[in-house]
Amino acid sequence: MIPLTWYLVLSAILFAMGALGVLIRRNALIIFMSIELMLNAANLAFVAFARQYDVFTGQLFVFFVMTVAAAEVAVGLALIVAIFRTKHSIDVDQMSSLKG
Amino acid sequence: METLFNLVPLVVFLPLLGLLLNMAFGGRMGEKAIGALASAASGLTFLVSVLLAVALWAGGGEAQVVPFAEWIRIGTLDIPWNFRVDTLSVTMMLVVSGVGTLIHIYAIGYMHEDVRFKHDEKRYRRFFVFMNLFIMMMMLLVSGDSYLMLFVGWEGVGLCSFLLIGFWYDMDTLGRPSWANANAAKKAFITNRIGDLGFLLAGMTLFWHFGSLQFGEVFNQAEQIAAAQPGVMLVITLFMLIGVAGKSAQIPLYVWLPDAMAGPTPVSALIHAATMVTAGVYLVARSAPLYSQVPDAQYIVALVGAVTALFAATIAVGQYDIKKVLAYSTISQLGFMVAAVGMGAYVAGMFHLVTHAFFKALLFLSAGSVILGLERGHHHLAHHAGEHGEVFDPGDMRNMGGLRKRMPVTFWLYIIGTLALVGIFPFAGFWSKDEILLDAAKLHPELYILLTIAAFFTAFYMGRQVWMVWFGKPRHAAAEHAEESPRVITVPLMVLAGLSLLGGALNLPGVHSLGHWLEHSIEVLEHELHLPAWLEISWGGLNPLVALVTTLLALLAIFISWLLYGRKPLEGGQKDPLKKPLGFLFTGMENKWFVDEIYRAVLLKPYEALCRFLAEVIDWRFWHDWFHDKVIAGTYNYLARTVLDLRVDQQGIDAFANGLGELTKRASTTLRRVQNGFVRSYALAVLFGVVVILGYLILK
Repeated sequence: MIPLTWYLVLSAILFAMGALGVLIRRNALIIFMSIELMLNAANLAFVAFARQYDVFTGQLFVFFVMTVAAAEVAVGLALIVAIFRTKHSIDVDQMSSLKG
Repeated sequence: METLFNLVPLVVFLPLLGLLLNMAFGGRMGEKAIGALASAASGLTFLVSVLLAVALWAGGGEAQVVPFAEWIRIGTLDIPWNFRVDTLSVTMMLVVSGVGTLIHIYAIGYMHEDVRFKHDEKRYRRFFVFMNLFIMMMMLLVSGDSYLMLFVGWEGVGLCSFLLIGFWYDMDTLGRPSWANANAAKKAFITNRIGDLGFLLAGMTLFWHFGSLQFGEVFNQAEQIAAAQPGVMLVITLFMLIGVAGKSAQIPLYVWLPDAMAGPTPVSALIHAATMVTAGVYLVARSAPLYSQVPDAQYIVALVGAVTALFAATIAVGQYDIKKVLAYSTISQLGFMVAAVGMGAYVAGMFHLVTHAFFKALLFLSAGSVILGLERGHHHLAHHAGEHGEVFDPGDMRNMGGLRKRMPVTFWLYIIGTLALVGIFPFAGFWSKDEILLDAAKLHPELYILLTIAAFFTAFYMGRQVWMVWFGKPRHAAAEHAEESPRVITVPLMVLAGLSLLGGALNLPGVHSLGHWLEHSIEVLEHELHLPAWLEISWGGLNPLVALVTTLLALLAIFISWLLYGRKPLEGGQKDPLKKPLGFLFTGMENKWFVDEIYRAVLLKPYEALCRFLAEVIDWRFWHDWFHDKVIAGTYNYLARTVLDLRVDQQGIDAFANGLGELTKRASTTLRRVQNGFVRSYALAVLFGVVVILGYLILK
């Protein structure tokens, strides 16, 4: 059986990749996908712990996260479409109207 | 009879009513109605005075005090407004209202022409309002029962005098635009203020030591206080003398009276000859109980009077203005009266006051008639020849001459007045002046000599005037065309002439009706005198020698004046024939002995310099420029501008408030860079924050 540490390392790598993607990419869709990646990294860590300790709660949590993520994607994509309509771009750096 | 005394307030309120009616309705009434109303007010006052006299006579001359109103009551000071009806005050009332009424009637005619000649008919009503005000104030003066009420009247008549001298305030006596008349009025008022200050001081001293100003209470204590504090009585009486000198035009304050001739002639007659100027004589007579306690003061009063009588008589010799001669004559005659009351010869003084009121009013009013006659003549000429703008002085005797034929009525009236003034038997002046001279001869021989010389001069200047005005040939075309005055002017003069002729009957030797009448008011102290034999002769109180000496001197003076002015009448432009023989003496007389100039140099110039110093240096430079601007305003400005404004407000409070704002601004400029609008940098910050928080939680 694959030890827990591996899962956690994979989860950390995925999370770091997601975070990096959010920070360095300018395309809103890519950022979205990176966020999904971070969520799934967290899901992986939940599932790995649930299996390790034989507790069901972790797996249950993953379902919640997936549901919320689906809802979030729905809202987020709608926002991106709206933004695209006004700005004709989905570059997040262009969306700096609130700059101080 | 007793109830008649209650009428006495009417003597004040009738003229008041007259003047109020004229003020309220005079604008809609004609000239005649205005004059008639004013004369009626004065005439009714005379009627009341007569009734009072009758009541007094019936009551045996006993003095009555009629309470009228509460006036001043502060603490222990209680001065009611009471009327005093005694023989002295009623005598004054009769003279004031009697002569006053005649002059009011005369003024109806006189002012009608005066306002016409001076082109301001609106002043007609004002004149009569002032005249009634004068009668009212004079009545207040003589009827009051306290020195304070007397003072109110005293000031009131001074005010009326001012108003009426300056009646034509915007011109000079010749009608040219100038402030000369206004200045004459001011001179009279200010000179009188000096006298009034003396009166005030006397009144205050009186109140301080007697605790009262009521005549009765003061006179009751007079003897007692004179014994305890003789100095106080001397001070009071001498201060009073300053008041007398101011009001009655005595040395050294007489200078205002000649200038007062700037007023219309009825004013000169009423105020500056017959009544107001005698207020000083009345005051001394009224204060007889005080004066008789201090013989020193009495002597000074008499001396002032006698010296004034002579001094003014010499000036009258050198005057050319018909009214100026009479003005100096008035000063001289007032000197006689003051000398008389000063010597304690109160009856003689009052007697002369009454007769003088008759004949001097007559002379002044006749002179007014002459002036009008000349103005009519001048008017007539100007009308025919069409000449305008020539300055003509209708009062200058050098423009007159030969008027006897043009104005015969006025001429005869003038002669009667002159004879009465000169003191020719049996005219009024003979009796009254003789009584003064006799008393002077008995009491103070040196004053008798002064007064006799003054009487000589009186006859001389009156003779000069008569020859210059009425005889010879006219020296000016206006005199040639002079016209006689109308009845309204001559009839009052006739009445006055009758009084001047018969006025001596008031106090004939042997009968002494006025003496007995006044005895009830003035206690006359009889002195034990050692007289030379010639003075002991008495024909019922008349000394034939004294009378003879004065009569002879008067006739001599008239004769000399005839030699100089009557035998060879003055030609037009000729110098006064006295100028050559008398030389600089006559120059002195002509120029009033330069008294006005001396006063100007000695008193006015230093006074003006002092005023200028006070105004320019003390007030302007010291108080205004230095104290006010530098000290007060400077300190205030320093405190306000530098300390409070700059240091406290600008550099303290403002700086604090501005500092806070600046701080906020700087902080926000720095912090706004964080808000760069890039979502990714926010995300980085969130990540960083999470890492820090987690790191903290893990490592703690």
